[in-house]
Amino acid sequence: MSETSSALDGSKPPISAPSQDGGATTSRRRRTLFAASGSIKSGMLSHWYSIPAVVVGLLFTLGPICVIVAFSFMSQPDVGGGVVYKFSTNAYKKLLFTTDFLGRTSFDPRYLKVFGTSLWQALITTFICIVLSFFIALWMSLRKPSTQRLLVLLINIPFWTNLIVRTYAWMLILNENGPINGFLKFIGVGSKQLLYTSGASLIGLIFTFLPFAIMPMYSALSGFDFRLVEAAYDLGARKLTVMRRIILRAAKPGVTSAIALCFIPAFGSYVQPVLLGGGRVLMVGNLIASQFSEARNWPFGAALSTVILLITLLCGVAASIGGGKAARDAGMAV
Amino acid sequence: MTTTQSPVQDAVPSSSAAESHQPDDTGVRIGRDKDVELRESGLTINRARKTFRSAEGKLVHAIDDVSLNIEAGEFFVLLGPSGCGKTTLLRSIGGLETLDAGEIYLGNQRIDEMPPYERPVNTVFQSYALFPNMTVEQNIAFGLEMEKKPKDYIKRKTREMLDLVHLSEIGKRLPSQLSGGQQQRVALARSLAKSPKVLLLDESLSALDFKLRRQMQVELKRLQRETGIIFIFVTHDQEEALSMADHIAVFSKGKPEQVGTPEEIYDKPANRFVADFIGDINFLDATVHDAGSVEVEGKIFPVTQDLSEYGRGAAVSAAVRPERITLGAAKDGGLQASVETVTYMGSDIRCHVRLADGTPVQIRVNPPFDSELLTVGAKVGVTVSPDHMRVVER
Repeated sequence: MSETSSALDGSKPPISAPSQDGGATTSRRRRTLFAASGSIKSGMLSHWYSIPAVVVGLLFTLGPICVIVAFSFMSQPDVGGGVVYKFSTNAYKKLLFTTDFLGRTSFDPRYLKVFGTSLWQALITTFICIVLSFFIALWMSLRKPSTQRLLVLLINIPFWTNLIVRTYAWMLILNENGPINGFLKFIGVGSKQLLYTSGASLIGLIFTFLPFAIMPMYSALSGFDFRLVEAAYDLGARKLTVMRRIILRAAKPGVTSAIALCFIPAFGSYVQPVLLGGGRVLMVGNLIASQFSEARNWPFGAALSTVILLITLLCGVAASIGGGKAARDAGMAV
Repeated sequence: MTTTQSPVQDAVPSSSAAESHQPDDTGVRIGRDKDVELRESGLTINRARKTFRSAEGKLVHAIDDVSLNIEAGEFFVLLGPSGCGKTTLLRSIGGLETLDAGEIYLGNQRIDEMPPYERPVNTVFQSYALFPNMTVEQNIAFGLEMEKKPKDYIKRKTREMLDLVHLSEIGKRLPSQLSGGQQQRVALARSLAKSPKVLLLDESLSALDFKLRRQMQVELKRLQRETGIIFIFVTHDQEEALSMADHIAVFSKGKPEQVGTPEEIYDKPANRFVADFIGDINFLDATVHDAGSVEVEGKIFPVTQDLSEYGRGAAVSAAVRPERITLGAAKDGGLQASVETVTYMGSDIRCHVRLADGTPVQIRVNPPFDSELLTVGAKVGVTVSPDHMRVVER
């Protein structure tokens, strides 16, 4: 049998092609080795071929997490950064307790407060993003298809520029000589301190994460059959009932995805609190960064990161239990 | 059943309606005139208008001065080609569109200004529009929950509705787990659960396959008889219309061309559009001979219709159904023709003949039939009884 005839013969799996050069026995052995489960259809590679990619993928995802968790249980060197390979839970103790020069240990809420600030900022950001994105996505999905495509493009525009650049743009808008204060002065209210407040940090967070909320919300609502709304009206439902029982229900998978996509990254955000919040807003992300730089306490930084990881994980599990399949998909996406 | 607008009567009643349609300062219901007789429980549409602007910016009269009376307990069909305004009229009755002008009354109650959720009218949508996240039972219960009915009533009514449409076994399923026919029944049950006075059905059977559609036609007719509710059914399928309706309104360009029983519509079409739209028909060029007969190819055919409105010598068309034509030997008289094709269809035989002047005519005869006449090239005579020839404008 020549190569060409086997290639033309569609019924024959192409995997048998190596038998021409390798001999029948080796080919069969190779085939059984690679086809560990199930039969291979023609044109398909055995799933063993994906091992290198899986290994690389695991190294880049699980690898850093393992390093962080390991570092969090190690000791701080006497001088400088890095870690000493000696088991210690000091980093976790430091989260809640402080020890003074006399060796007395007492409860220390300072770091909990940082978590509290982060949680608060992330919750407000998520809530506002969800509310805004619901109405924006609803409005979008009611436009005609060509307009919808344009609007999706517009929502993607922020991703074309760097986050730092976008945040600096907000600094320009909010600063003392910026357009908002300019307007306030013009109408006689006088300039206000807008930049370097927790409000500014919040605006930055909402601005950053809104597209992440609109996208899943839009994908949930764009497939929605608006004739169901007419059916509900016809059956006697009022506007609010239609919103609650028909439209919001359809948006539910979008809401769970949007929560996952906004809350988790907002919780650990770094750029907006620093640039827009100035020194007034300290979020977990900033705290961690300072542990690896100025404070030179790598185990503590690693411990903070591990705690964030656990919180995120819990959120993901809660979402997948609470939100059913759609939310599980969203959890996977994060 | 009365119609206030058919082309034959058009000139007389519409003008009187227009006069009495002046705004009424005396506080009596505006727009009531002698044409609008409000029944105790029938549906009356009076001079309804609705205009859209099309994508090209042209004004489209979706409903163009329509007046209809639909009697209580009647199965009424709005029939017409797509874009003729029948669906817009249906949506206006349901409250999903607002009329530009005119009124709709249900009994003595004016309903066209009520929001859809207050109208005693429910719709079965073409797409069924079942709520995908609710089970069959929840779908049916939805409308009753909106009325804040007691829980045990809702439960009982839902059971009752499931039994009515023969779906008692699958109340716990989701719409996605149902076949098209089952979804259709759920949509019906959901609307009927609210015990509406009028049920609107928007091309409700068009998504079903042929056999299921036949079955549902029978089913719908049964439901309508059992419930006594006015059914208003929109379709473009004339066969469906003829088989189900008590009365049909044939629509074209936002107006009813004719309103009548299926027999009237089929046998006595009011004009060329209706004749052409319903079933197969032959149009033969004719001239009016006198008030009771026309001349076709030099032969005089008596008709039962009064032709005095056309005037002697007017050029008209004589419309004849293929199955109403009698085919005989050439020597027996009638219009002389030769057979061109013969097709055996089982239940009938269809043949095309050509008249001496070249006009093609389709004819349907029931087998068994004299095979000598039904051979290609045979010379035959075509005759039509006075009842079966309908004169329409050319």
